Amino acid sequence: MSGGELIALALLIPLAGAGLIALAGRRPNLRESVTIATALLLFAVNVRLAVGVLDGETPALRVLEPVEGVPIAFSIEPLGMLFGLVASFLWIVTSFYSIGYMRANGEARQTRFYACFALALGATMAVAFSGNLLTTFIGYEALTLTTYPLVTHHSDAKSVRAGRTYLGILLGTSIALLLPAIVATWMLAGTLDFRAGGIVSGTASDGVVLLLLGLYMFGIGKAALMPIHRWLPAAMVAPTPVSALLHAVAVVKAGVFVVLKVIVYVFGIDLLNSSGAGSWLIGIATITLVLASVVALTKDNLKARLAYSTVSQLAYVVLAGALATQWGVLGGGMHIAMHAFGKITLFFCAGAIYTALHKTEVSEMGGIGRAMPVTMLAFLVGALSVAGLPPGGGTWSKWYIALAAAGTGHLIVVGALMLSTLLNVAYFMPIVARAWFAPQAARPARSVGAMAAPRESGGLQEAPLFCLIPLSLTALGCIALFVFAGDLETFLAPMIDGLSTRGR
Amino acid sequence: MGEHLPILQVILPLIAAPVCLLVRHGAVCWLIATLVSWLCLAIAVLLLMQALDGGTIRYQLGSWVAPWGIEYVVDRLNGFILVIVAAVGAVVAPYALRSVAEELPERQIGLFYVLYLLCLSGLLGITITGDAFNVFVFLEISSLSSYALISMGRHRKALHAAYQYLVMGTIGATFFLIGVGLLYLMTGTLNMADLAEQLKPLAGSRIVLAAFGFIVVGMGLKLAVFPLHLWLPNAYAHAPSAVSVFLAGTATKVSLYVVLRFIFTVFGFEFSFAGQPFGPALLILAIAGIVVCSLVAIYQDDVKRLLAWSSVAQIGYMLLGLSFATALGLQAGLLHIFNHAIMKAGLFLAMGCVFLRLGSCRLEAIAGVGRQMPWTMAGFLLCGLSLIGVPLTAGFVSKWYLVLAALEKGWWPVAALIVLTSLLAVVYVWKVVEAAWFREPPGTAGRVGEAPLVMLVPLWIVVAANIWFGFETSGSVDVAKAAALALMGAVE
Amino acid sequence: MWQTFLGLYNYWIVILLMMAGFYIVMSRHNLVKKLIGLNIFQSAVFLFYISVGKVRGGTAPIVEEGITSYSNPLPHVLILTAIVVGVATVSLGLALVVRLKEAYGTIEEDEINEMDAAG
Repeated sequence: MSGGELIALALLIPLAGAGLIALAGRRPNLRESVTIATALLLFAVNVRLAVGVLDGETPALRVLEPVEGVPIAFSIEPLGMLFGLVASFLWIVTSFYSIGYMRANGEARQTRFYACFALALGATMAVAFSGNLLTTFIGYEALTLTTYPLVTHHSDAKSVRAGRTYLGILLGTSIALLLPAIVATWMLAGTLDFRAGGIVSGTASDGVVLLLLGLYMFGIGKAALMPIHRWLPAAMVAPTPVSALLHAVAVVKAGVFVVLKVIVYVFGIDLLNSSGAGSWLIGIATITLVLASVVALTKDNLKARLAYSTVSQLAYVVLAGALATQWGVLGGGMHIAMHAFGKITLFFCAGAIYTALHKTEVSEMGGIGRAMPVTMLAFLVGALSVAGLPPGGGTWSKWYIALAAAGTGHLIVVGALMLSTLLNVAYFMPIVARAWFAPQAARPARSVGAMAAPRESGGLQEAPLFCLIPLSLTALGCIALFVFAGDLETFLAPMIDGLSTRGR
Repeated sequence: MGEHLPILQVILPLIAAPVCLLVRHGAVCWLIATLVSWLCLAIAVLLLMQALDGGTIRYQLGSWVAPWGIEYVVDRLNGFILVIVAAVGAVVAPYALRSVAEELPERQIGLFYVLYLLCLSGLLGITITGDAFNVFVFLEISSLSSYALISMGRHRKALHAAYQYLVMGTIGATFFLIGVGLLYLMTGTLNMADLAEQLKPLAGSRIVLAAFGFIVVGMGLKLAVFPLHLWLPNAYAHAPSAVSVFLAGTATKVSLYVVLRFIFTVFGFEFSFAGQPFGPALLILAIAGIVVCSLVAIYQDDVKRLLAWSSVAQIGYMLLGLSFATALGLQAGLLHIFNHAIMKAGLFLAMGCVFLRLGSCRLEAIAGVGRQMPWTMAGFLLCGLSLIGVPLTAGFVSKWYLVLAALEKGWWPVAALIVLTSLLAVVYVWKVVEAAWFREPPGTAGRVGEAPLVMLVPLWIVVAANIWFGFETSGSVDVAKAAALALMGAVE
Repeated sequence: MWQTFLGLYNYWIVILLMMAGFYIVMSRHNLVKKLIGLNIFQSAVFLFYISVGKVRGGTAPIVEEGITSYSNPLPHVLILTAIVVGVATVSLGLALVVRLKEAYGTIEEDEINEMDAAG
């Protein structure tokens, strides 16, 4: 099978899966089987594509030309392949997790949930494999729209309000800023293709480059740079599997992935360096990553804390790109994968705690480690990885980013990175410490959900196996990424090598 | 047969109308109207293809040679418009069966189709004719029939809306008549091509300028250019659903065509844009219309009214493209005529389905309807996304070219305005979406079922068109480009 | 000065009538009066067409011995059509007024507006 056909498959499988899920809506077991089969198939296609990419192929597909000169085109480079692999693998895990979570919590409208999930994955694939800015934009918007029903899953006043914030910010920034940026790029460069070394170079003055970079960076609202990060905490009203896969992996990573692609393939890091346009971006990313960590400290709701932690970690990737060196881009690319595994583990744990004990606030979580030892151990691993400490994979990506910052002489940024790691530890470790060492809370201050109140027994009270196994798997994944980070580096190497005329 | 297509285009519905009047039987009239609409579409497509291949078609009525006789002319521009009008007609006619049977008293149903056919004939006539006075005649045929159609709305407000439209429309048509009279005074001819020739040496004349003013203002009234739009929201909101669809998809578009035809073919690009601040004036009106009417649309609580205000705003986008006075801008404007016709027709079609089941389109009445009429509201959502300009829909392609045209001129603020105002569209479309899906149905209403198939199929044809023309744009963009180049080329 | 003014008297009459009609349409609240104004407005335009077709000293355009100067018949023919349109417009308008009277019980626009606003 040719690369083009495989790409078409990767796009069509989730679509077909969504259709079948809708058809199988009345029979939950069949429906969930379809979901898992679709996820497995999608991952298999991604693996097959990745083998080709490792061999140095560039699978490509052109479909149609909706606007003159700009086709809908797909073309896979290493970073996109990595993103596709991570997203499709984690979809399998999340599918199992969703079954446990959705059933245990008696959620309504599950058919719509699974169907939209599949569609969102299709949109993610489109973003990951897109060969030009227009295709990226299409996938990006499709991702916003397909995740909207998931965010508003509960259909109550609160989720409708959150849905408004979500849609308003994501759709608003993309239409008002990203689209003009793309059209302007087309006017300047005469092409929207992603090319090594960039396409804008030599077509515009430094001032225009600066303006354009601003439009892109704030237009890509999914990257959640402050002050347009509000949608991410708002999206936490969704069921936890959605927060786990979409708002820790697919959606937010689509954001930073597009940021990296724009920096690398549209501007080119040489242009970013020579025009000096990157410096304000470094500033904003640094501010975001510190501020978001501080805000995370103040959040008592576990999912809200995780959301702000995500905002902070996304800023790492943007920062990595803005530094515009090969180390930086490598670190940013790796951080997409590292943070994905770490954060999904954390969200899985949050969901497991909610399912088993109906606790959502950090202050209620005293002593839960004794009831849920596996979950809390996984939580520890995930937290270490996100904070960038061994044995979590995040260690390496943060190392490279720090190296890039030091290499370019941004000592304040290095300081900020250190500070942020400290803050990470400060907002994660109390949770772990409390879970293991604090006395068990008498009764949950605010019991959530219609399920029976948790028993007061001191014994084991883990979430269903469907929840427990996925979160253990992703935790193991974090450790595996720590051990095999070198392979990841090799995988991304072709992209890094073509980056710049200058050496590392 | 083939060479008589231009006259058949107009005369078929014109003859079918009195036939329906004689028959009077609702179902038979419906059958006639539907068949005639489909034939008209076939003819329009054939004419457009001929015009695209072999250039302009000229048809002398009764073999009286132009400029003395009346001449029908089909070139790329009006071939394109003919297809839009006929296509909307072809979709509305089958849709009307159930919608009209529900909304109109039994004895008026036959008459409805008489008026519908007359209106169709008038709109096609305006588009196809090459004679300035003939435009006026067809304009009045379509206008008079549409006043009567609007007055058939169920609520008494429809009567008032029709009356207001009648007064405004007649003033507009009379202004147009004055303009044509002045042109005749100066040139002694009414044939558009001949007028264009005769007017060339008269570029400095104040009378020609006055004629220009009268014609543009007169058609501006029919076209509902801000601030001459006040008749439109009431008319669209209270007309029977099928009429709202038909008029929203055709009437303003045809008026815009007449403006284009006079500006470019008759007066000439030089006269219109270089000789006077027409472009800037149009730009200001277009922007004001877009901003003000989008904002007003947000505060409507009747969905049909909301869509009507949005129509006025969307007309602003078409005029915006025109006001750039470049080939690309004109292309964007023409493209938006087509794309807006399909998206707004789709939205009104969906609301017609809702009205059929609920008897109202108010936001509180449609609460929760998304679950009860999933297909209808899914169609509404997709057309709404097209209106917003989400990629892979027709609306996106319009927005793309509009922004591109603005940037080509170097007008950054205008480009920014185009994208910012589409956010206003997000707000008003989402108001409806939230009401339909996230609000509980009002306690008094029982469950309602999905709309009948005969209404759903036209709706989904239009929805499919919205998606199709977002992907495969050779049918819309290329034709709009050819028409725009022909218009610009004719004058340079 | 006076020469031009009087020489173009037909235009002055047309403009006077047109403005009078327009003013009635805009200022009156009575729906029937509005229609009358509309009709005056239209008629003014018809007069305009007819008067510009007239050639001073010309006769009716019938081909006959010894007649060289005749009025332009085309505007007159056009206005025949326009008059028909005008009649149709006014009759449709009056029909609407009758229906409005039935539905609202009044033909005063401000009262109708009030009732519309009330729902």
